[in-house]
Amino acid sequence: MKVWGVLEHLVSGSLDALFANYLAVLIAAAFGFILVLSALIGSRLLAPFSEERNKGTTYECGMLPIRRAATNVGVRFYLYAILFIIFDVEAVFIFPWAISFISVGLVAYYEMVVFVGILAAGLAYAWKKGALQWQ
Amino acid sequence: MNAELFGSQVNVWVDALVRVLIIVGMMTVVVMGLIWFERKIIGRFQMRLGPTRTGPFGLLQSVADGLKLVAKEDVRPKNADPWVFELAPYFVFVPTFLMFVAVPFAFGFQVRVLELGLFYVLAVSSVSIVGWVMAGWGSDNRYAMLGALRAAAQAISYELPLVMAMIAVAMVAGTLNLQEIVLGQSRLPNIVLQPLPAFIFFTATLAELNRTPFDIPVGESEVVGGPFVEYSGIRWSMFFLAEYAAMFILALLGSAIFLGGWAWPMGEQWGASWQLLLTTVKAGAFIFLIFWVRSTLPRMRVDQLMGFSWKVLLPFGFAQIMVNGFILVNGWPAVTSGVLLGTTSLAGLFAVGWIVQRSVSRPRPRPVMMARSEAAQ
Repeated sequence: MKVWGVLEHLVSGSLDALFANYLAVLIAAAFGFILVLSALIGSRLLAPFSEERNKGTTYECGMLPIRRAATNVGVRFYLYAILFIIFDVEAVFIFPWAISFISVGLVAYYEMVVFVGILAAGLAYAWKKGALQWQ
Repeated sequence: MNAELFGSQVNVWVDALVRVLIIVGMMTVVVMGLIWFERKIIGRFQMRLGPTRTGPFGLLQSVADGLKLVAKEDVRPKNADPWVFELAPYFVFVPTFLMFVAVPFAFGFQVRVLELGLFYVLAVSSVSIVGWVMAGWGSDNRYAMLGALRAAAQAISYELPLVMAMIAVAMVAGTLNLQEIVLGQSRLPNIVLQPLPAFIFFTATLAELNRTPFDIPVGESEVVGGPFVEYSGIRWSMFFLAEYAAMFILALLGSAIFLGGWAWPMGEQWGASWQLLLTTVKAGAFIFLIFWVRSTLPRMRVDQLMGFSWKVLLPFGFAQIMVNGFILVNGWPAVTSGVLLGTTSLAGLFAVGWIVQRSVSRPRPRPVMMARSEAAQ
């Protein structure tokens, strides 16, 4: 019975406003999915298809590819990825601060100065070490 | 619970459904229009006419393209990973489409007013890079793999300045709710107070969209089209559709948070059609700027591209946040803090311009062979 009650709430939408807002996100996600799917199905119905043995060859400017493409990857990409994670996590911390620091006052500001100072020191260190130089 | 839709009360599910459907229709039409507009504009910049044969002024060009793409054979390479290859278009398109939920077109003309709108848009927009990497990895093609890695490196590098610019705007507006950010600009658009974040936002937008001059992930002469080498027909056009939809929505977002959206210069009193017109004009100007940059600048080298993000835009973004914080936390009168915000940000913009100018006009070392042959003469 309880499950039925929740379902009824869901259908009539009598849940809180937050849920009602993110409901639209769910519907939009479903619609985006359906949009791509319908285009692919339409193409499946309309487009021609012919069986030809060499059609499935990987494109490499007419040469036959040697081995798989998924091989070792340059370490530079990895360095940037690590740096990105550090600064992106920090951005998540700054967002709530950015809309509330005025009401907290100067203390909040100086705390953020220290926080960003540490990060800036990290960036300076990476810069000095040459991690930001693509080579 | 009921919601108001066109002046009548309906169920929230119906309301959300109708609004999303309107967005679907509008997005399709606008994307087709944008493709035509870009070809026409680029044609004019290159002293050509652009499309002229299909319909009046070539207006039906996108329809013709779409029909052609639907009727094209959809090939999947033998070595490709079937699941990753097939799912990549969904992962590129759906996040882009999700961005439409929060961005306002006019007062009350959005799918939903999200309290964390700006954060939501940012979070959703960065998911589509997963689709790019999936496309590159799943194709099992070296060009695609290289293109995907370049796309990932570029997208994560330019996401940080984008976040910094958005934080700076959120500090000035005092909220993350996009509708309130727009309403707060009914007297003065944010670009006056924050020209440096506006510039950073525009640059990072170009990079996130992989448009020229940041188009090394899809460079035709280097990686023959990047992650989409192995995609054909309608599957390829899904990536294309996602790119133009992203351009449309980022232009709308940029005009909402920097140019005052539908509010500036006339506030919320005027009718919805005027507001829609205003939004269209501002977003159109933003998009025209993107096309203009594309037809003007050459492709950047990868070290220049990474260096510009990490060594110029990111430190300046940090500095802007700290300066904004200092000015706003002291609680000075609105005029004083407004003037201070505007002047410091403008000074930062000039500093960035000076750095770019200096690095562009620096004399390049001459190739050794050429110098030697000159010395022999």
